[in-house]
Amino acid sequence: MAEMKVSRIVDARGSFCPGPLMELIRAVKEAQIGEVIEVLSSDQGSKRDIPLWVSKAGHILLSVAEKEGYTSFLVKKAK
Amino acid sequence: MTINSSGLPLKKILILGGGVGGTIVANITARRLKGNAEVTVVDKSGKHVYQPGFVYVAFGDEQINNIVKDERSLLNKNVKLITKEAVKIDPKDRKVLLADGEHLEYDYLVIATGSRIVSEEVKGLKEGAHHFYEADAAEKLRQALQTFNGGRVVVGVGGLPYKCPPAPAEAACQLDYYFTKRGIRNKVQIEFLSPLPRVFPLEAVNPFVTKIFEEKQIAYRTFFNVDYVDPQAKKVYSLEGESVDYDLLILVPPHRGAKVIEDSGLGDRGGWVPTDKYTLKAKGFDDIYVVGDATDIPISKAGATAHYEAKVVAENIVAQIKGYGDLRAYDGKVRCFCDAGFKKGISLSFDYTHPPKPPSTLTRSAYLGKVILNKLYWWTVPSGRF
Repeated sequence: MAEMKVSRIVDARGSFCPGPLMELIRAVKEAQIGEVIEVLSSDQGSKRDIPLWVSKAGHILLSVAEKEGYTSFLVKKAK
Repeated sequence: MTINSSGLPLKKILILGGGVGGTIVANITARRLKGNAEVTVVDKSGKHVYQPGFVYVAFGDEQINNIVKDERSLLNKNVKLITKEAVKIDPKDRKVLLADGEHLEYDYLVIATGSRIVSEEVKGLKEGAHHFYEADAAEKLRQALQTFNGGRVVVGVGGLPYKCPPAPAEAACQLDYYFTKRGIRNKVQIEFLSPLPRVFPLEAVNPFVTKIFEEKQIAYRTFFNVDYVDPQAKKVYSLEGESVDYDLLILVPPHRGAKVIEDSGLGDRGGWVPTDKYTLKAKGFDDIYVVGDATDIPISKAGATAHYEAKVVAENIVAQIKGYGDLRAYDGKVRCFCDAGFKKGISLSFDYTHPPKPPSTLTRSAYLGKVILNKLYWWTVPSGRF
């Protein structure tokens, strides 16, 4: 469970796409390899954009969880 | 201690930064609280820059001296301007330290310190790429464009976040217009690099802008987040593992929050102040407001945002001093114009709950909106009356 420890939460709820994705890219760039970032987004476009970017950039999407009124994405920086 | 006509001490409103946000807060509070507050603006340069003008400087349509004015000339006469650098904020003792050792006390602090360009954060960017986010850089780009007679121009984003999200796409359209006017468009390939999965940041507007790019024969590549630039090889590399060759490279440089924020321990990892998106108060503080680029709110960093935020902050400070508490909440309102070249453009308006409406066509009226704003800015926006 240690590797699931979230080192940073990006609360982008209320921001329209690409706000949440831009915040994630920024957070991943600033993070160390192995760190886990949680992004909270209420924008529907994030469900498509965030997994696409994570895959293209070679990081790991640990989970996508539907919450009340928003989605939580857990992303691990892999390189 | 300075007192008002009723014998009560004047409230001290201290504003850090003389950009659009700081200037509007200063002017509204000074007008509305005349005789009941001491309003001070601290700005390192004492110059107010109309930053949307930089792109026009780069394309030879504007001059720097038309987009820079003395901050003093834009401030209400009751606002005190201190042309010094703020180096440390001490929220516990409600004080700000200036570079010369002077301390300024406050009852209300407004952080309007904007953002700073940190090209050095991307290897090779300073040496290999042009930009139009500062006066010197815009002038240098103007010279480079003038002597460019054909080849591959690559334009894009060098780091997130950056000011004015539509600016790179606007620059790509301006390149098309510029080389068409010079009669060498057929000798120039324009390629646009987007860090996102589409060319335009606002999804609702993206299909329209993509169509415009296709009509203008602007090639584009998405999910290209710049990792580094190799100026010798004239190549730019992405975090996603791709590379692109260029003859002339224009990349919006990465931005960070002001140094005083970082040195005061008030910023996040990017130097942005964690801010409540409705009250615009720095999180954890009831007497510190944040406007414009300095916030960490995930919306556009732009003068158009600072403009609307500043009015909310000013009204709430006035209400607090008058004993009414905070009256207004920022609804995320932003309105801006984008110039697509050939004297046409689009206007965009949105807030936290209403995404922008997709435009159906480029219009002369949106272009004129931008031209009029560019011309009338000095007499309208900084006063806080519009």
